[in-house]
Amino acid sequence: MRVRGLWLEAAFWLVLAAGFVLWPSRLPLASQVLIAGLFALSYDLILGYAGILSLGHAAYFGVGAYSAGLLAAHGWGEPISGLIAAGLLAALAGLITSPLVVRGTDLTRLMITTGLGLLLFELANRLGAITGGVDGLQGVEVQPLFGALRFDIYGRTAYGYVLAVVFVLFLAARRLVRSPFGLSLRGIRGNPARMRAIGCRVDLHLAAVYTFSAACAGVAGALLTQTTQFVGLDVLSFGRSAELLVMLIVGGAGLLYGGFIGAAVFMIAHHYLSSLDPVYWQFWLGAGLVLIVLVGRDGILGLGHRVLGVRRRRAGPAP
Amino acid sequence: MASLLGVLFDGLAYGMLLFLVSVGLSVTLGLMNFVNLAHGAFAMLGGYVCVALMQRWGVPFLAALPAAFIAAAVAGVILERVLYRRFYRRSHLDQVLVTIGLVFMAIAVATWAFGSQQQPLRLPSTLAGQWSLFGVDLNVYRCFLLVVGASLAVVLTFVLERTRFGAAVRASVDDARVAEALGIRVALVFQLTFAVGCGLAGLGGALGVEVLGLDPTFPLKYIVYFLLVVAVGGTGSVKGPLFAALLLGVADVAGKYYLPQVGAFILYAIMVLLLIVRPQGLVARA
Repeated sequence: MRVRGLWLEAAFWLVLAAGFVLWPSRLPLASQVLIAGLFALSYDLILGYAGILSLGHAAYFGVGAYSAGLLAAHGWGEPISGLIAAGLLAALAGLITSPLVVRGTDLTRLMITTGLGLLLFELANRLGAITGGVDGLQGVEVQPLFGALRFDIYGRTAYGYVLAVVFVLFLAARRLVRSPFGLSLRGIRGNPARMRAIGCRVDLHLAAVYTFSAACAGVAGALLTQTTQFVGLDVLSFGRSAELLVMLIVGGAGLLYGGFIGAAVFMIAHHYLSSLDPVYWQFWLGAGLVLIVLVGRDGILGLGHRVLGVRRRRAGPAP
Repeated sequence: MASLLGVLFDGLAYGMLLFLVSVGLSVTLGLMNFVNLAHGAFAMLGGYVCVALMQRWGVPFLAALPAAFIAAAVAGVILERVLYRRFYRRSHLDQVLVTIGLVFMAIAVATWAFGSQQQPLRLPSTLAGQWSLFGVDLNVYRCFLLVVGASLAVVLTFVLERTRFGAAVRASVDDARVAEALGIRVALVFQLTFAVGCGLAGLGGALGVEVLGLDPTFPLKYIVYFLLVVAVGGTGSVKGPLFAALLLGVADVAGKYYLPQVGAFILYAIMVLLLIVRPQGLVARA
């Protein structure tokens, strides 16, 4: 069973790596999907595993996006060090805000994260001199990767770069959730009081995963900046946080791959449906969300597991 | 001095609107522990019903207000019976997902039916204009808002604290299971309060077209304000949300008037700070 799972996982990443041949004309869209998938993975860590309900995760995505953008706009165009710097800054933002988020009930967390997200959005909006405000940050110039590979208009370099970064962070996240630490997170999601009783330092564990998740979100944001060479105010918007939640739920929370599947379905559907009519898209998005929750919130992956009869890896009831 | 009074006055009128829209949300959260992010959609519905009646059928403003109340209340009852009731025992995540889905659908329907632009509203001439009182210019419509809001607050307080139905509501908020055991039909109580809450939101939305504006993004734009009123005011009373809404209204208007560069920033900062200091709300019940 475990071996079959490993084959499936290898196939998943091999197909993505074969993307250069399989969808050569769609590489920019595929990069966007991978970035959204990484963002959703970061959210899966706190929602699917640790059970933290947040509607402001775009804050960290935005911190990463703006950090990378500002660095590149002010002469630091080297992509990899810029990416690391952006990830660290987002982690710092996550660390600072984590004490506010990890305590309290679902509702308090919901409101604090929403508040923090809006706070950051307003901040970026008001600091137009630095961030470019509603017009977005212009003049982001990213240097060639390793000093040799230019970010070309077909998005080949960008796709390879994004795929490599996403894969590395995915491995880290996979290692994390399968460690004793990951197990303790699921325990906390199931019953925080009992975890506290057996000597688990609940707040510290939650703060740690929140910080790591913020770092991943920040890297996702930085990748978006570096591949599109632009930062818009919408990286921090409430809509992005809400869409993130939708992607993860569509794919299936608490399964690591759910975010990628959800991001792919969401963004491809968005790509085709909103070119028909943006209003229809929003309506069907809402209707789909209601339907998913009505029929049972396992997402596409959960459905696949049920069809294949695979034993569920998830522990305990959903958050 | 005059500007201070003016800001206070505008803020109170604005706060009254927030109170009208949010009081229903506070009761539903307290009563069923149901996180209804779609509450603003009922306010939007009320606003559009009012605007449509006035523009397309020439109904006078004051007659369109009760219609807005009724439309939102009916929509609330239908949604409660068809959808919401399945989610009372589900997790907060499920409730958030369903209600966000509803918000998306509401935005799409409103855009499809009315377009994405701001809706104009022509106030009747009796409500337009200014009064001058002790050197302060008072906008007549805002006076009207204050009067309507204050009288509704009095009526709601009376119903909640002096009538048998109000006692049933309070008992259900305190402990639904014990209330049920005492023979109170909690589901029915909830349905009625939910309908009234939605109706008030609809009324608030209709009254607010002039002040808050009305376009399809309304439910998302003001979601934080409504949640804030509940967070600060606590659940299950009239005074709490009223106090919180007035405070917020004044703070928001004062912030925008005196520190326009900072704008909404102050409000969000206050919200986060308040939630850190008092996670249970300012007027937490004993």
